[in-house]
Amino acid sequence: MMKRLRTLPPRYWLVLVVVLFFIGLPTVIDSFLSGEWAQALVLAIAIMGLNILVGYSGQLSLGHGAFMALGAYTSAILAHRYKMDYLLTIPIAGLVTGMIGFLFGVPALRLSALYLALATFALAVVTPSLIKRPAELTGGVQGIVLLPPDPPQFARDAFAALTGAPMTSDQWTYYVTLAWTLALFWLAWNLVRHRAGRAMRALRDGEVAASASGINIAGYKTLAFGISALYAGVAGSLFGLGTGFVSPDSFPVGLSIQLLVGTVVGGLASIPGPLLGGIFAYFLPIESNQWVPTQTWIPGQIVSTIEKAGPAVTYGAVLILVMIFAPNGVVGLVTTAYTRMRQRLRGVPDRETGQMPSDHQTV
Amino acid sequence: MQEFSQQVISGIASGGIFASLALALVLIYNAMGLVNFAQGEMAMMATFVAFTLISRGVSYWIAFPLTLAIAFAGGILVQRIVIRPVERAPLLTLVIITLGLATLFNGLAGAIFGYVPRSFPSPFSVETVNILGAFVSYRDLGVIAVSGAVLLLIYLLLQRTTVGLTMRAAAHHPEASRLLGVHVSWMLALGWGLASAVGAVSGIMVAPIILLEPNMMQTIIIYAFAAAVLGGIESPLGAVIGGLIVGVTVNLAGAYLPFVGGDLQLAVALAIIIGVLVLKPNGLFGRPTVRRV
Repeated sequence: MMKRLRTLPPRYWLVLVVVLFFIGLPTVIDSFLSGEWAQALVLAIAIMGLNILVGYSGQLSLGHGAFMALGAYTSAILAHRYKMDYLLTIPIAGLVTGMIGFLFGVPALRLSALYLALATFALAVVTPSLIKRPAELTGGVQGIVLLPPDPPQFARDAFAALTGAPMTSDQWTYYVTLAWTLALFWLAWNLVRHRAGRAMRALRDGEVAASASGINIAGYKTLAFGISALYAGVAGSLFGLGTGFVSPDSFPVGLSIQLLVGTVVGGLASIPGPLLGGIFAYFLPIESNQWVPTQTWIPGQIVSTIEKAGPAVTYGAVLILVMIFAPNGVVGLVTTAYTRMRQRLRGVPDRETGQMPSDHQTV
Repeated sequence: MQEFSQQVISGIASGGIFASLALALVLIYNAMGLVNFAQGEMAMMATFVAFTLISRGVSYWIAFPLTLAIAFAGGILVQRIVIRPVERAPLLTLVIITLGLATLFNGLAGAIFGYVPRSFPSPFSVETVNILGAFVSYRDLGVIAVSGAVLLLIYLLLQRTTVGLTMRAAAHHPEASRLLGVHVSWMLALGWGLASAVGAVSGIMVAPIILLEPNMMQTIIIYAFAAAVLGGIESPLGAVIGGLIVGVTVNLAGAYLPFVGGDLQLAVALAIIIGVLVLKPNGLFGRPTVRRV
């Protein structure tokens, strides 16, 4: 046992540290911030889903906000109209969205990457008006207001024992979201390292070659779409849990772009990438709005310009710069730096290691 | 019947606008096999340039060509600065970058000009004239005339001039063209400039109708996508005809299908996109693609 522990690769320890960090986080930050972190994790889940689709199977979706909307509304309608326990609706929302995503993947098979991007982008733009139409079901423009979740007794007791303060509904939301995040990231990690993941990567890197090796192209492409939509559906459902409110305007085309930003920044085809991407995509606009006005050296006119522009300018610039200078995102930069450093320390020249190149993104 | 023909004509007018933007998409698609998701936002920026010029007292008919020239230069600039470093990158990289451009332009316009919708002048009055029993506004006629003229000019440029021939050669056979002394990269830049100018026409034409604001082109670009896909994304003629069909269809669906009404017209465009891509991916005028393994 001890020997096994000692020979564990360092990244397992890193995972343990990260998990402990996220479990402990609400005990040191206030309830409001816990709610914000929960939303960052929601984005991370959706980004993980998008990453499975874009990073691993090489299909570009610009409309994952639509799948989030579907998940959120499935949960909201079940909880609001049919008085179902919200926590039970989360897996249902995931499965429903996953099924729809799977079905969406079938016509998507016939589309080239470019056309798929185009069709999903159109879907993202149309989503809000599609939601508004069945008004008696979706509440129309007003949306659906949800009750804040009540932490169960065991969670209250455990939290009170740790911090001495009662658990708020935001903190409970955070832990529910965290549990789903861990489960889905674990699932993704297993998925991409096993048969299905290898098949997806193979078809991403060369469809003809993959098909010649006996990989069922259509099957794995639609599977990737379904799984990816399932992640987005769960994320959408958790989004509703956190905000307590879903409306057509919660799912603008900007949300899909935000997800894409997170995917690209974190790093395509990586597991830690979406977590970093989610945190980045969620906190960037909030933090920059708070930080910029405090900087006296920036001329006032520029400050007000940045405030008015919202996150769009930053998101756009980040998308372009990352794709040009670091197409593998933050994770790509870190792993490259780490490998270089190790080579430097061991005195191995950069070019002559004779190793297989790591799974560098070829999107 | 009279109402029907009026709906058709105003559909043709919006179709002309969609066709201009779709033609811009086709120009870039032909140059580098890419759909430029920023085309609409570039047109919106150009329209703001025109707005600024006009509100400074420049007359409409001077501001119009001046804006097109600025849009042309802007398109070349974008290609040189943003697209050129990744010219050989995989397609998905390029798509993400154009989407980044779209987001960036949208935010910049919001920061510089604000999100308050502004009315944009039109040289054509909204008074109507009776043509064969249908009442048509001068504005619709003007839009049809301007779009038609632009499309004709582009056609002549591409098919009847040396520059057009060189551009097409550079797009279809970059290696061979390079050997023959064509500056392929600059031809791509020229394509971007041209597309930007053509797109600007659609922005300037649509702004008086739907008011000028940073999100103005967000729906128009979807109609243009539908037009380009319907026409076969590599065919300039297809883009024009696709634009007209989309314009008329959407207008008629909005007027006569109670289910669609005003707010689901965009969904009609989505249905056209998905329907065409699934049933006939090459569109009306596209050639079937052959892939080399």
